[in-house]
Amino acid sequence: MLEFVQQLVNGLSLGAIYALIALGYTMVYGIIMLINFAHGDIMMVGAFVGFYSITLFGTNIVVAMIFAMLACAVLGVVIEKVAYRPLRKSTRIAALITAIGMSLFLEYMTIFLLGPQQKVFPHTAFPLKEYHAMGLLITNKDIFIIVSAIVLMIILQYIIKMTRTGKAMRAVSVDQEAAVLMGISVDKTISITFAIGSALAAAAGVMVGVYYNTINPLMGIIPGLKAFVAAVLGGIGIIPGAMVGGFVMGILETFVSGYGSSLYRDAVAFGVLILILLIKPTGLLGKNTGEKV
Amino acid sequence: MQKLKNNWLKFCGEVLILVALFTVVQYAITAGLLNQYYQINLTSMVINIILAVSLNLINGFTGQLSLGHAGFMAVGAYSAVIMTEMLMQPFAIGLLAACLAAAIAGFIIGVPTLRLKGDYLAIATLAFGEIIRVVLQNIDYVNGPAGVVGISKLTTWPLLFGAMILTILVVVNLINSSYGRAIVSVREDEVAAELMGINTTRYKVIAFVIGAMFAGLAGALYAHFFYIIKPETFNFLKSFDILVMVVLGGLGSTTGAIIAAMFITVLTAALQSFPAIRMILYALILIIVMIYRPQGLMGTKELSRETFGRIWGGRK
Repeated sequence: MLEFVQQLVNGLSLGAIYALIALGYTMVYGIIMLINFAHGDIMMVGAFVGFYSITLFGTNIVVAMIFAMLACAVLGVVIEKVAYRPLRKSTRIAALITAIGMSLFLEYMTIFLLGPQQKVFPHTAFPLKEYHAMGLLITNKDIFIIVSAIVLMIILQYIIKMTRTGKAMRAVSVDQEAAVLMGISVDKTISITFAIGSALAAAAGVMVGVYYNTINPLMGIIPGLKAFVAAVLGGIGIIPGAMVGGFVMGILETFVSGYGSSLYRDAVAFGVLILILLIKPTGLLGKNTGEKV
Repeated sequence: MQKLKNNWLKFCGEVLILVALFTVVQYAITAGLLNQYYQINLTSMVINIILAVSLNLINGFTGQLSLGHAGFMAVGAYSAVIMTEMLMQPFAIGLLAACLAAAIAGFIIGVPTLRLKGDYLAIATLAFGEIIRVVLQNIDYVNGPAGVVGISKLTTWPLLFGAMILTILVVVNLINSSYGRAIVSVREDEVAAELMGINTTRYKVIAFVIGAMFAGLAGALYAHFFYIIKPETFNFLKSFDILVMVVLGGLGSTTGAIIAAMFITVLTAALQSFPAIRMILYALILIIVMIYRPQGLMGTKELSRETFGRIWGGRK
């Protein structure tokens, strides 16, 4: 039982990371129906920005995270402007292929500029502390990840539910044409969505750096795919769904590597994806709409 | 009668060109004019052509974006190697097993996933491709992640050439048959095709299975030329490689796929020492082609004798 709760704790911090990445996927999909394949790589860029702000400027982890979020917000907006905006009227397949291209571009541009080696996230930025409570081992890493993820999610909920920008985002995702008629600038709203989604991914990137200690230019691929699975699991386009899906995926993954074979860890994520797509493509929190898939 | 005669002449001409091409390369190999480097690139080129033409059948002609082609290649490669290396069967049996296993895998994966549309299908096929890779990593019989080393080199030029011609013949003839017209109609408008009484799922599965089968064949040829196979070789980046060829050549153009496969192979060979730049170029190809020419360079047009006729001043 104790081990079970311990696995749950470990799963929660991994799940928080997945949930943050999944939020970006789901927001972008909700607004322009595009699977932003490059999203995991934006997370990678965020991790590198965080890494360099710690090693070059000696900032602490929170400042590094804010730097990463700002840099990636800009990156996300630029990517949308350059690569996705010209394709808004074309088929979804064309947009998906472009997103794949963008993902490869970010990965190999980073390899080209910084080399393919993995970099060790500096320990000094985050000295490890362990706490023992009721037989459970909780590290300050776990606390940092979970707390900052929850803070970011609350801020996101506030932006979406309470502000005018959030209202515009919701309006555009429901009906783009009607939103235009109401005087909402669709281009601006989509840019803001990309900015927010990418900033969340960047925060997740810094967390991955803290969690796994190493970062490399291809680190975005697998967490990106898993976060996508999380978004689909919760119901893509639905923001609370992404949070739920992220935590479920994180916990599921820790249980599989804890009790089963860690080699099958990745296969489980994809298996979940296929099951969800075949059984309930709208996801756990999705409503049944006529044509979704 | 005149038309029949023309067709007959055209056919003979094509056969002559192919026989000439085959003989020249065969002579160059036996006479030792092609060194190891050129032979390796020639083999990759032929394997890439098989992969691109077969993926084009799924992505281009049927319009179903599949990102799991490397998975089928892996199934073919491993089945063939199990037959030849572990069960000591002749290579012919290995090739047959590769085609069969990949086709069965294509059927098993295709039937459920082809109900999905567009980007969901793409992600589901990607997931299946990765599952194939992870499963292979966990099978001790084929050495898990380390892969199989020391596969005997059984792939020869006549075999490669034959496999390539077979792939192109099957795909071209399929597309020009009533099956092919049904397949293309699924791409053009699935609802309309359904209304005309076409069982769209059936044709999608047929295209998917045939595409997978040839990917398996390519995998078997690959394994028996390059000495070593690892599950990691067949990850989704390999699928993206093939996708780049199909996108560049034109979604729905067999000659386009062939030209793009040749071009990409040469590009890969030229940039061998700069792998990062190669991938950046791939990425730019995908993005730029999609933005400025989403149907690919050739679109759905084919390069044929008539095209050359037009270029050379309208001679028939």
